[in-house]
Amino acid sequence: MTDDASLNLFQQQEANRRRTIALVIGFVLFFAWLGLGGDLILHLATTDAAPEAYHHSFPWFGLVLTAIGAGIARYGFASGPNKVLWSTGAREVTEPQTDKERQLVNVVEEMAIAAGVPRPRIWLVPDADPNAFATGLDQMHSHIAVTQGLLDLCTRDELQAVVGHELGHVKNLDVRLMTTLAALVGAVALMHDGMGRLMRGGFRVGGGGSRGGGGGKKGGAGQLVIVLLVLWVITWILAPIISQFLAMAVSRKREYLADAMGAQFTRNPMALATALQKIEGAAAPTSSIKRGAAHLCIADPLGRRMNMREGGVANLLATHPPMAVRIARLKGMAFQRLKAEGQFPAA
Amino acid sequence: MGLILLIVLAAVVLYGIAAYNGLINLKNQTLNAFKQIDVQLKRRHDLIPNLVNAVKGAMDFERQTLEAVIQARNQAITAGANAGPGAMHQIAAAENQLTAALSRFNVVVEQYPQLKATGNVAQLQEELTSTENKVGFARQQYNDAATQYNTKQQQFPTNLFAGIAKATPAELWEITDEGERAVPQVDLSMKPKA
Repeated sequence: MTDDASLNLFQQQEANRRRTIALVIGFVLFFAWLGLGGDLILHLATTDAAPEAYHHSFPWFGLVLTAIGAGIARYGFASGPNKVLWSTGAREVTEPQTDKERQLVNVVEEMAIAAGVPRPRIWLVPDADPNAFATGLDQMHSHIAVTQGLLDLCTRDELQAVVGHELGHVKNLDVRLMTTLAALVGAVALMHDGMGRLMRGGFRVGGGGSRGGGGGKKGGAGQLVIVLLVLWVITWILAPIISQFLAMAVSRKREYLADAMGAQFTRNPMALATALQKIEGAAAPTSSIKRGAAHLCIADPLGRRMNMREGGVANLLATHPPMAVRIARLKGMAFQRLKAEGQFPAA
Repeated sequence: MGLILLIVLAAVVLYGIAAYNGLINLKNQTLNAFKQIDVQLKRRHDLIPNLVNAVKGAMDFERQTLEAVIQARNQAITAGANAGPGAMHQIAAAENQLTAALSRFNVVVEQYPQLKATGNVAQLQEELTSTENKVGFARQQYNDAATQYNTKQQQFPTNLFAGIAKATPAELWEITDEGERAVPQVDLSMKPKA
């Protein structure tokens, strides 16, 4: 069991390291395509122009955008955890003020021992809705944040279970991938908003150029320009949607795994099941956790709003697996444990 | 022919190095996990005098329970002084005694609600709960590490290199107290109690 679990853990860590690198490379390549695509279109559009007119022959856009992309990726990777924590308005718990905070610090210390990772830094999000997330780039530099609501609502065992779940994310390095993704998704959203105006301006110029080329003698090149242009524009428009889908695909299966790891650390799957029930039962959305960090949380902080507004579409767009399935799986684990110990649940 | 032999030899040597390093790695993890238990046990021993002092005045008539806790603590410290995986049986036995004494103590404290309301008893009890949990989780972590280490030593072909790596089976931290192991009786017959 332990040997098998540790092998899985090692594979999981490796997969997360690899995916983080792939994500960063993909991000830079995406920027390169945005830039070089623009260069190519402009180049093809200006080849037919008069000799004294402007000829776009050097890929300035490509070089500049690739450099920008690499810069954002590097900055996003390095500052991801801080950005995520900052965006939620969390404050660090260094000297616990109340009994509950002391309990939180104790519980995190206990779980760090159980998981065999260094104690993460502890943060408190001033929000009445129960939720929690972990962030960080490796086991040595990790952070755990819980909301005030979680602290108020959960018993000691339930708090322990939630922290165990989050430390599962830390231990198998989910946090590295998910934090990097949060930083890059945030960058794409920002860029899309900011550059939207610029893109619409460029579209008009490019469109005029390609029409000019199409009207001339080289019809083939004109068609190529149009196809490229359409592809390029679609990429621009789809960028935030693609990044959102990436965030969803990346997080759904991980939650089941982290649930299982949390249950393994506490040896108490039932506590996590009841904690999830309480989190699910709380009505308010977690307003201080924004869309960019939603996939980091134990329960979707936007879930309820999405359900109310979009109904069936929410099933497709959810970043988290259905709570009922997670709870059922945990109850199954609890039953297996009791059975293995020769006991049967009394109720 | 000679080339093939060389390749096979190189492969065996490379595998041997990997297996050796893997065993050393696991051995150190096990030792580290054992040290972690030690750290937590020390915390527990340091905490008990504070707790006893905080409740001594209010629980003068429960002197027996308090004395049992203090005595178990002193025995555990003595057992811990000659630490090392060899002395584990004694340490485990002494610590289990202490656990039993502390749980009796906790039951007694629960009977005095006014005790929890006054002073820092509630805080100390939280600390005690946490320390007990830390001891438990450190033990769990040690047992997991030790099991992994032992399994690797016994599995073929790693077991061929166990001697070179001076790997010996690590002892698991077991519950020696029969009371702790006993399965609670659960009556599911739903018959009315006579």
